[in-house]
Amino acid sequence: MPRVKIPRKSTAIDMTAMCDVAFLLLTFFILTAKPRTDDPVPIDIPASTEKLLLPEADIATLIIGQKKVFFGIEGYELRKAMLVEMGNSHNPKMSFTQDEAIKFASLPTFGVPLNVLHQFLALDGEDKKNYTQPGIPVDTTDTNELYEWVHAARIVTRRLDDKDMRVSIKGDSKEEYPTIKTVIATLQKQNVNKFALITALRSAPK
Amino acid sequence: MAELDTSGGGGKKGGKVRSKKASTRVDLTAMVDLAFLLVTFFMLTTTLNKPKAMDLIMPDKDDKTNLQEPVPETRTLTILLGKNNKLEWYRGLVDKPLSPPTVDNFGKDGIRKVLLEESKKTMDASGKPLIVLIKPSDKSVYSDMVNIMDELNITNIQIRAIVDITKPDIALLQRDNLY
Repeated sequence: MPRVKIPRKSTAIDMTAMCDVAFLLLTFFILTAKPRTDDPVPIDIPASTEKLLLPEADIATLIIGQKKVFFGIEGYELRKAMLVEMGNSHNPKMSFTQDEAIKFASLPTFGVPLNVLHQFLALDGEDKKNYTQPGIPVDTTDTNELYEWVHAARIVTRRLDDKDMRVSIKGDSKEEYPTIKTVIATLQKQNVNKFALITALRSAPK
Repeated sequence: MAELDTSGGGGKKGGKVRSKKASTRVDLTAMVDLAFLLVTFFMLTTTLNKPKAMDLIMPDKDDKTNLQEPVPETRTLTILLGKNNKLEWYRGLVDKPLSPPTVDNFGKDGIRKVLLEESKKTMDASGKPLIVLIKPSDKSVYSDMVNIMDELNITNIQIRAIVDITKPDIALLQRDNLY
């Protein structure tokens, strides 16, 4: 009796199309992903039910934590121009080399007083990471460097992008109110009355 | 699909040495696995990291424009932010409050209830919305301020202002052990 031969079918499927799709998606997500910037101090942002997204361009961020203030602005060119503007408007004038400007522009946020900025920029990668930044001096006197930085940032945003710069505040939940108050007062001194407080989304309304 | 035409040189005549046709099929399963793993990773990390922004508009500090209207005390509610995430609220003025100052918590059963009730009461009595004044003391923390702004957003109270705390207010907080 002849045996009925069942033809064996291969279980291998063609993976090419799947592979194509997977890599297409992968490329898309890699390109849209924004590199996460490490905060100079640990920040636990408060939660709220707010659903508005933070704008991505022409925005400066003030990071407030451990009684220190850090300043950063989106955009490489803006940061570079801001440093030059700051050097020109500061009294006495400060000048920065091309090398220093490039190094400065690659920093997303910084928090050093102007008098140690030269030394800070001269540090190398690992040293810079380990250096404890003391924060930008904020006080109510005339030597308020945060005031000057914000002012310089607003000027260059207006010049380069022809837009009003927005200010966002990223504060630590446990930060005491007086620090926040001085920062807000500094901003209000130059008639910046509108800020965005960066918050995390609360999962469900309490 | 993925095979290439490996019969190259087939048109040549007299090609007697026939090399064995090796399949160019590669097993892509592992590659696809890896790719999807990475896709999942990037998908999760990008969508979860979007920060939200709460707009905060401070009253203009310009002294030159004298457009400030007097605030009717019957419509105001003052919230004092004290230590340990507690708050205290009263209606009217601090020296002669229309309702006794009450210590309360944040959240659904705390200040939100009060805000909803008082807002409704004011609307019924005067036909105008409630005005909320927030006075954060030096002992309060940043998250208190964000929380109270959030409560105001939830209860839809549009007229609010963050103002500096005064001595009588601090005394009130001290009396209730919140400073």
